Amino acid sequence: MNDAFARPNSVLVLGATSDIARAIVGLLVRDGCERVVLAGRDQVRLAEAAGEAKEAGASFVATLGFDANEVDQAAGVVDSGFSAAGRVDLVVVGLGLLADQPEDERDPTRVTRCLTVNFTWPAAALTRVAEHFREQGSGRALVLSSVAGVRVRRSNYIYGSAKAGLDAYARSLNQTLAGSGGFITVVRPGFVVSRMTEGRSAPPISTTPDAVARDAVAGLERGAEVVWSPGYLAVIFRVLRLLPEAIWRRLPF
Amino acid sequence: MPEPILAEGAAPGDSVTQPPLPEAVDRILTGWGRTSPTAARVITPGEPADVVRSLWSHNGATRPGVIARGLGRSYGDAAQCAGGLVIETGRLDRIGAINDAGEVEVDAGVSLAALLRTSLPQGWFVPVTPGTRQVTIGGAIAADIHGKNHHQDGSFCAHVTSITLATPTGVLQVSQSVDPALFWATAGGMGLTGVILGATIRMRRVETAWMRVDTERHGELQGLMDALERVDATHRYSVAWLDCSARGRHLGRGILDAGDHARASELGASAARDPLAAPHDARFKVPVALPAPLVGGLSVAAFNRAWYAKSPSRPGRIRPLGGFFHPLDALGDWNRLFGPRGFVQYQYVVPSERRDVIVSTLELLQRAGAACSMAVLKRFGPGDPGPLSFPMAGWTLALDLPVGPPGLRRALRELDQLVLAAHGRVYLAKDSRLGPVAFAAMYPRLSEFETTLRRVDPEGLMQSDLSRRLRIGSLAR
Repeated sequence: MNDAFARPNSVLVLGATSDIARAIVGLLVRDGCERVVLAGRDQVRLAEAAGEAKEAGASFVATLGFDANEVDQAAGVVDSGFSAAGRVDLVVVGLGLLADQPEDERDPTRVTRCLTVNFTWPAAALTRVAEHFREQGSGRALVLSSVAGVRVRRSNYIYGSAKAGLDAYARSLNQTLAGSGGFITVVRPGFVVSRMTEGRSAPPISTTPDAVARDAVAGLERGAEVVWSPGYLAVIFRVLRLLPEAIWRRLPF
Repeated sequence: MPEPILAEGAAPGDSVTQPPLPEAVDRILTGWGRTSPTAARVITPGEPADVVRSLWSHNGATRPGVIARGLGRSYGDAAQCAGGLVIETGRLDRIGAINDAGEVEVDAGVSLAALLRTSLPQGWFVPVTPGTRQVTIGGAIAADIHGKNHHQDGSFCAHVTSITLATPTGVLQVSQSVDPALFWATAGGMGLTGVILGATIRMRRVETAWMRVDTERHGELQGLMDALERVDATHRYSVAWLDCSARGRHLGRGILDAGDHARASELGASAARDPLAAPHDARFKVPVALPAPLVGGLSVAAFNRAWYAKSPSRPGRIRPLGGFFHPLDALGDWNRLFGPRGFVQYQYVVPSERRDVIVSTLELLQRAGAACSMAVLKRFGPGDPGPLSFPMAGWTLALDLPVGPPGLRRALRELDQLVLAAHGRVYLAKDSRLGPVAFAAMYPRLSEFETTLRRVDPEGLMQSDLSRRLRIGSLAR
């Protein structure tokens, strides 16, 4: 069960090989989380992440392979995760894939792939997670969104649109969970220096997986519906959202 | 309590056709600290027989988990069961006649407040009472509650002569001589041996509903602790309240109250007209949960200082019993003051020779920047045989801590280690954040408890969010 500080005893991570997901698991396990089920695509990295969780002190670690292109499998992956963990106190939805813009822009297959991994699969999985929460009468979820979805930019609109969709979906799903014991927190990191963003030049404001993990867990404890990381992005985007499109379009990022 | 509804040893399946049970509703439940909300089906049966049927009908459900709930005064997750069935005992409210020996049969849902309304005018007081009257008999037994008289009279279950218990395998009447293992597993067993239907309690004879109270103000901790040891020999009731904001040489300064039931001859003229009047329920309530905590760092410090300042030393004052025992009942729903994130209470006991742990605790909380709105210190006498019963001889400290300061969680984990190293333990009725490993180390007789559970609940039907969090149960290990 989650304790009074919303620290889980068992966690299911979808997209467990991402740097942010690994950082979150590390934090939770060091705070007393005992059961960890890690789901991801890359078996080698998955094994690495499992080793990390064990080393941090988890007494039970299991891994699950899945491919986020296979949307039909999403519910099944969630079901397997729940049955492996027993009761799941926290689900982390951490999978993500950046598009190669502008190269991908004219390739419908690649666009679809980015939308599937970042939106369709996670949305399908979350739908199933919510069902489990209703049945359990409890459960928290952390959904990794992005500021890229808060106001979508020309230079990153494929990924941004998908995250915008996921962000809206997760927040709305959370409303349907009122009174069920389940609760979803959306995390909106800024530019994170990580494996995913390797080779991209960082904007003036960037953050790290560890910092995002700390903010996410603090948000969980606070019972926040939306967590910005770093926190001051909330203020910056309040302004950015108001900019007329003509100016927004001309901003240099 | 009325005659038992099912004979001793009756088994599930014995009952035949019966009227439908009251409807179960889905509800979000929390403890008094208002942390960790979860949803469960809640049923409020009007008869003990319906409790038994609800319990047994849940046997074999896809998701097991049944727990009883009284007035929800446990601070943490002891009386909630996510996804399972919660049986509220509030409508089991019958109070029998009090016999000459002071014994009374009461249903599990009877509150100490209700019992006192009946018993005080007849000159009987409850044997043990916590800082609130708003707890049920079932809860009092399940938590084996203690009061300001623990050093003399022990905890609640020492005064319970029998318990009627609906276990998943049968309804049983147990006592300290009939199935003592189950009786003592139920005493402090946090409801995990079954649903308590009723009990027989031995009450205490009193002449008045008034207390004779000696109040002493002490400017530092060691003097206060010396005084607590001293008054325990001379007074039935004793407790000290500490000013958590005081530092340095004033660390742990506080107010000591030592009291006894006043005799009729000690009352003034107005009190003497109705010497056994029961205390009133709260006249004022906090109407809604506040959007932000009113109880923060600054207000807490100011409150602590003001309380200290307003309580000079005074011997032999005659005070109404409600104000002495139940200061928490003066304001209804006071837990709403702590805002949406709620609060945790941390109460532990350490052996008498470990006074240093109390000092370290106050220092640790101050270092962590934790606001402590209330700290209560008391000495316990020897514990009773309950394997999960909390009290044992030594010092007990109870702290109210609003959730919010970022270092609080870590500080409490440090505190767990401090308590554990001193061979102390944390009180489960207050707990909302202990982990299973620390818990098992603090309660070394856990396996004895679980042996009894395996006998009465082999399928692991009885569960609460607390039992899941701490991994207590017949199937847990």
